[in-house]
Amino acid sequence: MAKFAKKKDGDLPAVSTASLPDIVFMLLFFFMTVTTMKDSSIMVENNLPTANQTKKLEKKDRIIYIFAGKPTREYQNVYGTETRIQLNDKFANVGDVGSYILEERAKKPQELQNVLTTALKVDSDANMGLISDIKLELRKVNALKVNYTTSEGDAFNNLN
Amino acid sequence: MPRRKGAPEVNAGSMADIAFLLLIFFLVTTTIDTDSGLDRMLPPIEPPTEEPPVIKEKNIFTVNINKNGQLLVEEKIMDIKNLREAAVAFLDNGGAAQGSPEYCNYCEGKRDITSSDNPSKAIISLKNDRETKYSTYITVQNELVGAYNDLRNRESQRLYNIDFVKMEAEYLNPETPKDTRDELKDKVRRIQELFPQKLSEAETSN
Repeated sequence: MAKFAKKKDGDLPAVSTASLPDIVFMLLFFFMTVTTMKDSSIMVENNLPTANQTKKLEKKDRIIYIFAGKPTREYQNVYGTETRIQLNDKFANVGDVGSYILEERAKKPQELQNVLTTALKVDSDANMGLISDIKLELRKVNALKVNYTTSEGDAFNNLN
Repeated sequence: MPRRKGAPEVNAGSMADIAFLLLIFFLVTTTIDTDSGLDRMLPPIEPPTEEPPVIKEKNIFTVNINKNGQLLVEEKIMDIKNLREAAVAFLDNGGAAQGSPEYCNYCEGKRDITSSDNPSKAIISLKNDRETKYSTYITVQNELVGAYNDLRNRESQRLYNIDFVKMEAEYLNPETPKDTRDELKDKVRRIQELFPQKLSEAETSN
């Protein structure tokens, strides 16, 4: 009759945690690859209006951002409470938009320069006057493709 | 005599903590969401010498927004909730007589001769005040784009049994395989030609 080695009696062996770092690193790499860095801090209030007929902005490398809205509280005593434009971490005037677009366009690779989209991230409370001025500037530099960035939701929520 | 021993083993127990710290750092400093919004083309600045094309009054659907966010559509005050319906009725009208070159054979509208001839002729003209609130403007834009999307969805359902919006999103998604994209491209173009988005924005009045 075969003899079986008698198992050690006593408690369960401790679960090895040696692979825990590997698992966490896997998570880490996952997040590193699927996310993008916040590249600019927003210095204006940015409550985007809601809309539901939207299209996704794919391909982040083809987008130039323009922010507009009231300066946030920490900037209000310097820049006032009027709606301002923010380009790349700086407050700017309407006249600067054109040169900003040209500058950003020049930074992009040649093959993308004709397919750039300008994303307008504008606060709900802004007036159309400023937007019209921005649009006119964009037309002057032939940046005709714009995207009014919105958050997802029913468009009638804007009216309240 | 000292005991001979290999190099002492480094304790890797805190490795997980370090990795967690990195993980949390990346979670905090990054964003995962992609932006979405309403795509629009601005009109190019036309050379001043060029004569503006003549467009029949009945092919233009005027929308005016005043500074209080009220709408004046075709000279009548309208609630913003009815705008999409009115725009659909205008675009889908197909008023040209049967047999004429502009006859629209897929329109399901009223065929009113005082309204637009053909979806490809129909132009929506949007005008706003400088003091109009941006959010109101976006709502109006959303409704107008919605009107086009409703009509395109209808045609797309009829021809290809799929919503246009869904088809276009798949076409624009860079992860869609190339041969599927090529196939979708023709379909998307076709539907876009049936109901071309002609949305003109006049310079704002003061």
